Amino acid sequence: MSGATRTLISPATLARPRGKILYWTVFTAVVLLFTLAFLFPVYWMVTGALKSPDEVARTPPTLVPEHGHLSGYTDAWDLMQLPRHLWNTVVQAAGAWAFQLVFCTAAAYALSKLKPAFGKVILGGILATLMVPAQALVVPKYLTAADLPLIHTSLLNDPLGIWLPAVANAFNLYLLKRFFDQLPRDVLEAAEIDGAGKLRVLWSVVLPMSRPVLGVVSIFALVAVWQDFLWPLMVFSDTDEQPISVALVQLSQNIQLTVLIAAMVIASIPMVALFLVFQRHIIAGISAGSTKG
Amino acid sequence: MTKTAERRIPARPAAHPVPAPSPAGDRGRRRLTDQLRAYGFLLGGLICFALFSWYPAIRAVVIAFQKYTPGSPPEWVGTANFSRVWHDPEFSAAWRNTLTFTLLALLVGFAIPFVLALVLNELRHAKAFFRVVVYLPVMIPPVVSALLWKWFYDPGAGLANETLRFLHLPTSNWSNGADTALISLVIVATWANMGGTVLIYLAALQSIPGELYEAAELDGANLLQRVRHVTVPQTRFVILMLMLLQIIATMQVFTEPFVITGGGPENATVTVLYLIYKYAFLYNDFGGACALSVMLLVLLGAFSALYLRFTRSEGDA
Repeated sequence: MSGATRTLISPATLARPRGKILYWTVFTAVVLLFTLAFLFPVYWMVTGALKSPDEVARTPPTLVPEHGHLSGYTDAWDLMQLPRHLWNTVVQAAGAWAFQLVFCTAAAYALSKLKPAFGKVILGGILATLMVPAQALVVPKYLTAADLPLIHTSLLNDPLGIWLPAVANAFNLYLLKRFFDQLPRDVLEAAEIDGAGKLRVLWSVVLPMSRPVLGVVSIFALVAVWQDFLWPLMVFSDTDEQPISVALVQLSQNIQLTVLIAAMVIASIPMVALFLVFQRHIIAGISAGSTKG
Repeated sequence: MTKTAERRIPARPAAHPVPAPSPAGDRGRRRLTDQLRAYGFLLGGLICFALFSWYPAIRAVVIAFQKYTPGSPPEWVGTANFSRVWHDPEFSAAWRNTLTFTLLALLVGFAIPFVLALVLNELRHAKAFFRVVVYLPVMIPPVVSALLWKWFYDPGAGLANETLRFLHLPTSNWSNGADTALISLVIVATWANMGGTVLIYLAALQSIPGELYEAAELDGANLLQRVRHVTVPQTRFVILMLMLLQIIATMQVFTEPFVITGGGPENATVTVLYLIYKYAFLYNDFGGACALSVMLLVLLGAFSALYLRFTRSEGDA
């Protein structure tokens, strides 16, 4: 990461006057390009919601809103029932996170340390689901959630319809298992000799040592639920139970443009805030995950 | 879940067979309780995988050969679902669109992040800024990105045409024109997803040893030759991995066409997954939906197998 590492262009070339001019030209161009391509659309959205309905439809458009109308935001909050849909999303995401942490961690621990019979077969079955693209199976998954085998209960319009399928996340489970595999055996055995049961070992030895991977899994779990669309669209036909992503699309047809844009901004805030707070970890996680292969 | 009736004796004696202090039956029982305990930990995860991954995969294949209406007993219909779906005029449109979309996304959504990462890796200032900004759209909910671009693509006061007018260029119908709709969606998908590709590729670039560039330069290789003979071969594995992952992801595109175009105009943006959704929820034809799912599964499964095989063999090397 430091400036010392040699890349495509040598430091000597860059140190020459021509190199310096070229470097700063490219640098400025990239800053401009990134600002225009990635920040400007976001700026357009945030300020679009501040414009009046007349102003937002005007050609040529105004770069800065003439008067800051907060009514777009307040109308979105009230008319589109955003508190309810945001709350639904929070409940769905938090539950999916909790279920994944409990069940995926327990299963990964068992597969990694408890040597269950047929453990290899089970792990193979779990990893095989990575090969099967999730979206292609939504219809049979929906039919299963609508009428669970044996107990004949429906998970539709119920947060459980998000929580339980979220546990079947092979990627997160495998991430946890691989991390547990690397924990030194003697530490766990020492705890057992001290008389700690398996659950106790998991809770007081394994989990405290696994904070980094638990953080990564938590972020993945939360982001996945917050961003998902097709599955909650199928599960929640009842408007009152819909998460924000589904509600936005359903309500987008017959609502004033400025109000819709304001709602879009509000819907983006939680994830963007999460990103800005944890950006170091998230970016490091993405970068690290790739090079290990 | 982990209720253990008996007091346990310290760690696993299985490793070296110490002269048994207890009769063999006792050891067998202990092994059984160990197994029960292990399965206690596994249970929750196993049930969820069984219900929402394994069972649906089997069921997709079964229902593909049935006439299936929720609430009434299914009937076996042989390959009728497949032939009905096959003769649907939307079927060929959906596959053509999905494949075109994937190809375009590969050309646009792959070349751009690749070049951007190359340039970013050379810049020595504001590194954190670039990484955060390029990843920002990834964190915006996909539905919001789609709605945002739908507004940009508005032929009247949308930002896309306003920009063209500002530059005195001819305006376009964007997502509202049959010819331009698909590429418009590719632009949205690329904008929204390229952050991850850039970051992963950037990490791969940073692992290239600097000596290789030095040696190439001493041999008189110019900039493009260095890219071609050092950068590309050194990151070949990551490039192929990202490519396969992107193909698998874009073949399942749904949100953008559903939100922005509704599959139109004139079926120009109906994708396979969208068609699956329509069969299930508009036509109430779950047999047809599952027949389509099986076709998509087979194709994507082949790509996944390729991906696994590739990562496996590269890992061994």
